[in-house]
Amino acid sequence: MLNIKNLKNDFPIFKKYPELIYLDSAATSQKPSCVINRIVKFYHEENANVHRGIYTLSELATEEYENARKIVAKFINAKSLKEVIFTCGTTDSINLVGYSWIWKNVFENDTILTTEMEHHSNFIPWQQAIKYKSKVALKLIKVTKSYEIDLTDLEMKLTKSKPKLLAITHVSNVLGTINPIKKIVEIKNRVSPNTRILVDGAQSIAHIPVDVYDLGIDFFVFSGHKLYGPTGIGVLWAKQEILEDEMSPFRYGGGMIQNVEVEDSTWADLPEKFEGGTPNIAGAIGLAEAIGYVNSISMNQILKHEQKLTEYALSKLDKISGIQIFGPPKIDNRIGVISLSLDNLHPHDIAQVFDGQGIAVRAGHHCNQILMKQVLKVSATTRISLGIYNTIEDIDKLCTGILKVKKIFGKFKT
Amino acid sequence: MNIYADIILDHYQNPRNFVKLKTLTSEVELNNPFCGDKLTMQILSKNGEVVDIAFQGEGCAISIASASILTTFAKGKNLDNLAKFSSRDMLGLLGIELTPTRMKCALLGWEGLMKLLGS
Repeated sequence: MLNIKNLKNDFPIFKKYPELIYLDSAATSQKPSCVINRIVKFYHEENANVHRGIYTLSELATEEYENARKIVAKFINAKSLKEVIFTCGTTDSINLVGYSWIWKNVFENDTILTTEMEHHSNFIPWQQAIKYKSKVALKLIKVTKSYEIDLTDLEMKLTKSKPKLLAITHVSNVLGTINPIKKIVEIKNRVSPNTRILVDGAQSIAHIPVDVYDLGIDFFVFSGHKLYGPTGIGVLWAKQEILEDEMSPFRYGGGMIQNVEVEDSTWADLPEKFEGGTPNIAGAIGLAEAIGYVNSISMNQILKHEQKLTEYALSKLDKISGIQIFGPPKIDNRIGVISLSLDNLHPHDIAQVFDGQGIAVRAGHHCNQILMKQVLKVSATTRISLGIYNTIEDIDKLCTGILKVKKIFGKFKT
Repeated sequence: MNIYADIILDHYQNPRNFVKLKTLTSEVELNNPFCGDKLTMQILSKNGEVVDIAFQGEGCAISIASASILTTFAKGKNLDNLAKFSSRDMLGLLGIELTPTRMKCALLGWEGLMKLLGS
């Protein structure tokens, strides 16, 4: 495994809180010093607006911003810089597609297809976008009892409805399931080749290598802050022809125009067409630095490390009575996002007792109310989620914490 | 401070008045979407007094324990006096320090009682 003690040293928060067992990386990742320092350096030495000034400092800022775009493009194997749009995050990226692409490409009697395991950010935009259209249906692919996408149901719905768009998560932020995107694209190409596919990479980007062309998809979205980068920055990748021909701008304003008259305006080329207003320049640069950081370790090494840790966690949790895990039992098709229930205890109580022991987990519906209501049939779960700084000791302390919870709540049990 | 004092744990595992009233004056439904707590509270009042009060539902330890402690406290009390029982009094009854988030859980039952007394 990686020399993890050194990795924890890369993250200043663990110096401030040496006893912190941070198991909530699915909510947001901690940040390495190099990312924090790079952002500070930008503001100390390079700060100016981009694409607008003639003076040296402005040219420098523009160069750094566009270099960040290059680094993102390489990270996901985009074909061109024109395919990489900086946004405020995953939710922002999906809403952009929701407004801009749905408007121009979805019509009466069309269908949008999504799944029962989507985060609200990859569900509500579609649910709401079609309300402006007449008779557009939103259909949901079922999740199986083994917490996977029902591929039979997927094929049936693709064949029957020939949806305009399939919006699907790469990795579930509740179940940890990795969806077989390549296989799904294969099915789609066979039975409904004109369907566009959008993949929500918020939970996958930091944990498994992503190659958008190898996956064979049309849109890919993710956030910087789950990839050890700053908040407020994200990416929409889409095929150039889609951005050029199938989408109008959404965020109108400065920086995205060619010419402006009173009655109408013409738009800048890609990618500026979709980046109206001053972008999160420092955020983009910070994101690029975060990508540099994970690349220095290598995504494959990160995947290997997290898989070993996940396997260890699952085997330890399996030995504790009263624990039910909502997610695949084996690491072949899951990452280190583990949702569980413990006896009949409420996740908020579990999380509260954990907090008293310095263990940070998430309790609630994790922005997956559809999954909770229709598949898991619980109102909330306790979720632990791993990042590259987590260790075997963290998992051991988690398990000790669970036993403490059982002890506290067992006191008055009749 | 440990909020899972014995009194909370006891009332959570063995909630008092956790029944459905056969005869009732009114009932109210309560919801704490942050926690997923969902409670129904029922009251039977006569001659300006609480004859019986009960609750049902699902919730975290704080919301269940608080509703149990509150309904125990409220039984037999004068309705007018009870209406003056403030949220601060409620938190005092629990005797634990809560974060703003968990205060919502603790006050869910109390909100229910205030709604019942208001109706």
